[in-house]
Amino acid sequence: MKRIGWLVVFMIACAAAVTGPATAIEINVAVAANFTEAAKEIATAFEKKTGNKVLLSFGSSAQFYTQITQDAPFQVFLSADQERPEKAVAEGFAVADSRFTYAVGKLVLWSRDPKVVTGADTLKQGAFSKIAIANPAAAPYGAAAVETMKALNVYDALQPKIVQGNNIAQTFQFIDTGNAELGFVALSQVIERSEGSRWLVAGNLYSPIKQDAVLLKKGAGNEAAKAFMNFLKGPEAAAIEAKFGYGTPESN
Amino acid sequence: MLSLGELWPPIRLTLELAAITTTLLLIVGTPIAWWLARSKAVWKEAVAAVVALPLVLPPTVLGFYLLIFLGPDGPGGFLASFWGARTLAFTFEGLVIGSVIYSMPFVVQPIRNAFEAFGDRPLEAAATLRASPWDAFFSIALPLARPGIMTGAVLGFAHTVGEFGVVLMIGGNIPGKTKVLSIAIFDYVETLQWTPAHILSAGMLIFSFCVILTMMLLEKRLRRAGI
Amino acid sequence: MTSDAKIAAQFRGQLGAFALDAAFEIPAKGFTALFGPSGCGKTTLLRCAAGLTRLADGYFSLGNEIWQDGKQFRPPYARAVGYVFQEASLFAHMSVRQNLLYGYRRALANESDQHIKFDDVVDLLGVESLLERSPRRLSGGERQRVAVGRALLSQPKLLLMDEPLAGLDRFSKDDILPYFEKLHAALAVPVLYVSHDLAEVEQLADYIVLLEQGRVVAAGPLRDLQCDPGSPLARQPEAAVSLDGKIEAHDAAYGLTRLAVKGGTLLLPELDDVVGTVKRIRVRASDVSLARDAPTGSSIINSLPARVLSSGPNGRHQVNVLIGLGTDGAGARLLSRVTLKSWERLAIEPGSPVQAQIKGVALTSR
Repeated sequence: MKRIGWLVVFMIACAAAVTGPATAIEINVAVAANFTEAAKEIATAFEKKTGNKVLLSFGSSAQFYTQITQDAPFQVFLSADQERPEKAVAEGFAVADSRFTYAVGKLVLWSRDPKVVTGADTLKQGAFSKIAIANPAAAPYGAAAVETMKALNVYDALQPKIVQGNNIAQTFQFIDTGNAELGFVALSQVIERSEGSRWLVAGNLYSPIKQDAVLLKKGAGNEAAKAFMNFLKGPEAAAIEAKFGYGTPESN
Repeated sequence: MLSLGELWPPIRLTLELAAITTTLLLIVGTPIAWWLARSKAVWKEAVAAVVALPLVLPPTVLGFYLLIFLGPDGPGGFLASFWGARTLAFTFEGLVIGSVIYSMPFVVQPIRNAFEAFGDRPLEAAATLRASPWDAFFSIALPLARPGIMTGAVLGFAHTVGEFGVVLMIGGNIPGKTKVLSIAIFDYVETLQWTPAHILSAGMLIFSFCVILTMMLLEKRLRRAGI
Repeated sequence: MTSDAKIAAQFRGQLGAFALDAAFEIPAKGFTALFGPSGCGKTTLLRCAAGLTRLADGYFSLGNEIWQDGKQFRPPYARAVGYVFQEASLFAHMSVRQNLLYGYRRALANESDQHIKFDDVVDLLGVESLLERSPRRLSGGERQRVAVGRALLSQPKLLLMDEPLAGLDRFSKDDILPYFEKLHAALAVPVLYVSHDLAEVEQLADYIVLLEQGRVVAAGPLRDLQCDPGSPLARQPEAAVSLDGKIEAHDAAYGLTRLAVKGGTLLLPELDDVVGTVKRIRVRASDVSLARDAPTGSSIINSLPARVLSSGPNGRHQVNVLIGLGTDGAGARLLSRVTLKSWERLAIEPGSPVQAQIKGVALTSR
């Protein structure tokens, strides 16, 4: 009897030793498509620092939101806007008080052809057949694009030429394959490419694209998830974001 | 707030796309099916495999290559330049091209089977009765293959109606031009408008059910008539 | 076509494991049978004549029309040929009438005169009641008759038939054969008829081409080959000679019919046909016995004077004897099969006068 008792204690101790106090936890993070490259670098840095594993999924914020309401297994949600994280909290899918702005997106008008984009004039002259934007109802960069065009009073003229990508990544694909001569994408998507022509849209033409992150209910008790959220607020993440052309809430 | 006027365009667009695609596929697919059924070339089955590729390729792969194919870097752009456009993507015509490629195996396969089913003899008999190859094709081969042709048409139509991945990749979501039913439903879901999503989805479900039921009853009837 | 026009064919080539090397020349009129055992290449030869099969080396001409030679090849639809397949192969999606008219319409479009008319063919083959039916609802025999009619109505210059009776049961065969006989009498179009059934051949053929393992071993008028004691035909156990005889009179009291053949008359069981009709009859060699003098008390009712023309051995213990009816031996020829012993005992030889005894029952006419 006593010997069995010692055996059990021994086995538990072994198990504890094997798993260790700093267990490698896996977390699932839903990331808005425009933040793809930045997210990859931040995740790698986080993994190196803490030994936890980060599984990133990229897509449109709208799509993620729908999935989250249907019980998708994400612990953290990095949205492209503020609206969806707000909604997530309001509807009980996310932890209240965990919401914060992790990045401020910059809108850019880009073409793979170096001669096309010169500035706001390019939109006013309208010398192109197709301009790509992300679906404004689903992606904030698309909404910002519409705002910009309206602010410049060119929206009505350009509307027949607009083609919509399902998300910002697809929008970029349309322009990159030349099917649309130019379009509105996130600065982070073109910051590492030198070719083509671009115009960084003036900040006063559209409401700032504040991108909020939120801890989802599924990540509530998850230490690694919380740690990741904190890491996002920290200096290493900020440096990476700046590299990719994102502003931080303070600098904006 | 939700009007028929808003729901109708994607339905109309989808039906148009499916009808035109099916017609084109019958015209283009029948000779291909005929060749596959009768040719003795050694590379025949390789061609059959190429035709059947869309059965296994993910629609996104197909859509991606189509995007390049239809764009200014590909033959699509070249063709479009004849009427001053840069690309065939984002156009109804581009969707037709995509749908034809995507639904081709569903049309070619049943027709090929139908052509193979009656063997060489009826055509040999026709030849001895002074029918030239064209004549024999239209007077003997096509009528005998009719059940297969009908099956192919129904399958091609239904498959195009349900197409999503390819249209998503090359459509550009233009209302009235490329915003077909499946994209419209997807949009409604993404923007959390459940009601129109339900209406359109239920409609598609009923439609697909009717199509398959009709096809099965038709096949049964034709088989009983001994064709 | 002139009456002495010829059909010349030569086909040489490989079809899988089978090698065909056959050549023949036959008159472009009447029924010619391609006869031989299964697998000897008869069907292949027929298909080559139609242009359905193309071998490495081929020549075919009908009269002065060359259908193929080393330089050119006329495809089947350009040859005025009618083909009846072994399994009727009617078009399932058309009625009998539409099947019949299929080739007719197309031949009309090409040529101005149609000598073979729809009503005549329907009459000849007795298919009037079948016209609106679907091929699916016909018996085997009916299907074959329609197939023949269809081929005929395409105004062929040559009719090819590939064992059309092979797939039928005895009743259907007996049913159709009279129609084929009528065809034989009514048609001006030459017929090339493939069969492995000797009785069928003898019933219908004027000319015969014998095939064995892809080669032609003999060709000639049916009578000649039948009457050649040395020919393969004469050595068949069922060897017989075909004769055409004209009905002279009927004897209702005794149920007999008198048939006049060259060199004599024969009595057979009463036939339905009217006086004057020409009938073809078969006389089996084994049913003809020879006697030196006319026997007086015998139940055999047909006993005719004849003369021995030639003879040939049949195996080790039998002899085939060719006799000509009439005292001068110039009449119709018959084969008689006698035992070697009898041959030697009778001490007859070519030129000897004999009495031919033909068993009444042996004169069969279908």
